[in-house]
Amino acid sequence: MQNVLDRVTANPKFHEFIAMRSRYSIIMAIISAAAYYGFILLVAYNKEFLAQKLGPGMTTSIGVPIGVGVIVFTIILTWIYVRRANTEFDATNEAIIKEAQK
Amino acid sequence: MTKFTQILAGLLALAAAGAAVAAGADLGQAQKQATNWTAIAMFAVFVGFTLYITKLAAARTKSAADFYTGGGGITGFQNGLAIAGDYMSAASFLGISGLVFANGFDGLIFSIGWLVGWPVITFLMAERLRNLGKFTFADVASYRFSQTPVRVFAASASLVIVAFYMIAQMVGAGQLIKILFGMEYLYAEILVGVVMLAYVLFGGMTATTWVQIIKAIMLLGGASFMALAVLFQFGFSPEALFTKAVEVHSKKDAIMGPGALIKDPISAISVGMALMFGTAGLPHILMRFFTVPNAKEARKSVAWATTWIGYFYILTFIIGFGAITNLVTNPADYYVGGEIAKGLKGGGNMAAVHLANAVGGNLFLGFISAVAFATILAVVAGLTLSGASAVSHDLYASVFNKNCTSEQELRVSKIATLALGVLAIFLGIAFEKENVAYMVMLAFTIACSSNFPVLFMSVLWKNCTTRGAVVGGFVGLILAAVLTIGSASVWEAVMGNPKGSAWFPYNSAAIFSMTAAFFTIWLVSILDNSEQAKKERALYPAQQLRSETGLGASSAASH
Repeated sequence: MQNVLDRVTANPKFHEFIAMRSRYSIIMAIISAAAYYGFILLVAYNKEFLAQKLGPGMTTSIGVPIGVGVIVFTIILTWIYVRRANTEFDATNEAIIKEAQK
Repeated sequence: MTKFTQILAGLLALAAAGAAVAAGADLGQAQKQATNWTAIAMFAVFVGFTLYITKLAAARTKSAADFYTGGGGITGFQNGLAIAGDYMSAASFLGISGLVFANGFDGLIFSIGWLVGWPVITFLMAERLRNLGKFTFADVASYRFSQTPVRVFAASASLVIVAFYMIAQMVGAGQLIKILFGMEYLYAEILVGVVMLAYVLFGGMTATTWVQIIKAIMLLGGASFMALAVLFQFGFSPEALFTKAVEVHSKKDAIMGPGALIKDPISAISVGMALMFGTAGLPHILMRFFTVPNAKEARKSVAWATTWIGYFYILTFIIGFGAITNLVTNPADYYVGGEIAKGLKGGGNMAAVHLANAVGGNLFLGFISAVAFATILAVVAGLTLSGASAVSHDLYASVFNKNCTSEQELRVSKIATLALGVLAIFLGIAFEKENVAYMVMLAFTIACSSNFPVLFMSVLWKNCTTRGAVVGGFVGLILAAVLTIGSASVWEAVMGNPKGSAWFPYNSAAIFSMTAAFFTIWLVSILDNSEQAKKERALYPAQQLRSETGLGASSAASH
């Protein structure tokens, strides 16, 4: 077991892989935080914008599709990450481990 | 299993006694309503069914691993539903739909806040938690650190968070049951405590998870039906729904935009931080990552949880607006004395419950009431289990008796469960007349200022040391609590100091306490040049290897 661990650690592909994956997850986290804080900053600084009507004679305000949009966007973003992590990333991970076990 | 039949019989007798007494005087803040037999019958069916599941689970709960993680055999989809169940408490169902009913758009702002913590957990924490942990999040935080201080910190923070969250749930439960079932507060508390104890004591994590799953399905089903019924009334046109709501609501068009809920930008951002990062520090949520077999399933479970929770919040928004159009137009049935000025029967949080009656009649009202009660039971069970594992796994098995057997640990965890259950009932009764609205928010603030920074830094920053993590964690914990006490919602509303005397001017402490925790962890860690610190830094590559690849990760099942 220790041999396998040492070989994985010595493999430059491993370090490249985890750096790439970390970068990807941090970017995704920043995107989701930006969407949320963008919305919160609108609430804090520009309430009028969110209260604006979608069209003349309408009751629905811009805030409703934006708010629901943030929820839907959050869900989609999560699935995009999980899809990629569960297929591509896990496959690379396994390949690196297999290589070390040879 | 005669023990079970006895418990079941006892519970039913208790329910009957409570209901019988309920016909008498009404005490306390929430107006007690007439005994609702449909709701009680449906709730009895739920309790009977879940106790049967507990009995099946009990046969399989033999080791500490079974008790804490259900043997690790829960799939990602199931665990996702259970996490959603843990998160969709009665407070969020009744509270957010009530908030939408009262203020419209403002309710949506809050529900978005409750949701956005999930991607952070998914992207940064889920697989690392699963790969490094075994039973509790402290396993992860203390992976390369000295066990005793980190475990003592983790257990203290977890128990404080669990206590505040629990008080809010128990007081809410008592008030709710008084309204929904027409049962005395005291009996309601005992009933919740005893049924919850039956789940956790005998069925451990397996039973608690299945109770959550069943409840999540019932809650999602019931809420979907209500939202569809509302949309059906308006030919599936949200525009028509909003137009009618603006027409009848006393605040008119103001319900379509952000209102007074969020006053200043600092509070807005601070509340946002507490909600976003607090979720990643709640012990009863973190514990769920150890019930799945591997990192793949852990990721899947958060993705499903995010999906269900997001869907649920969209439903509560529709339900809140549906309540406006259905209840305001019919004050005779839903308002005290038939007058809108006197408020909703049972208080503002009853909007969704009254709407259930409006769209589905008495039978559906009974169903939604039973769901609300089941929700509280399940959440309290999850909290108790995480509190008990903090005591038995983090304190007993990792600090006081490092050589204990799995049987001894299991026994201690059951004793801790029992003690926490009794404590929950006691706290619920002690805080009956108190204003506990701030407590859930306080739990989130403490979680984002203590557990989350320690977990985050210990896993992701190689220079983090025991000293830094423990000092920083405690700084965050104490600052979060002290600043919250100084804010208007506690200093004035709870402690009765004169208006304007609160010395902490914002709604939420998170922006200060969480920053202070991260800064302290960083500062104390870089100043730490002890031998121990060098050893801990040297262990980082091994920890990173395991957290990133899953090599050597605990298989959860220890048999």
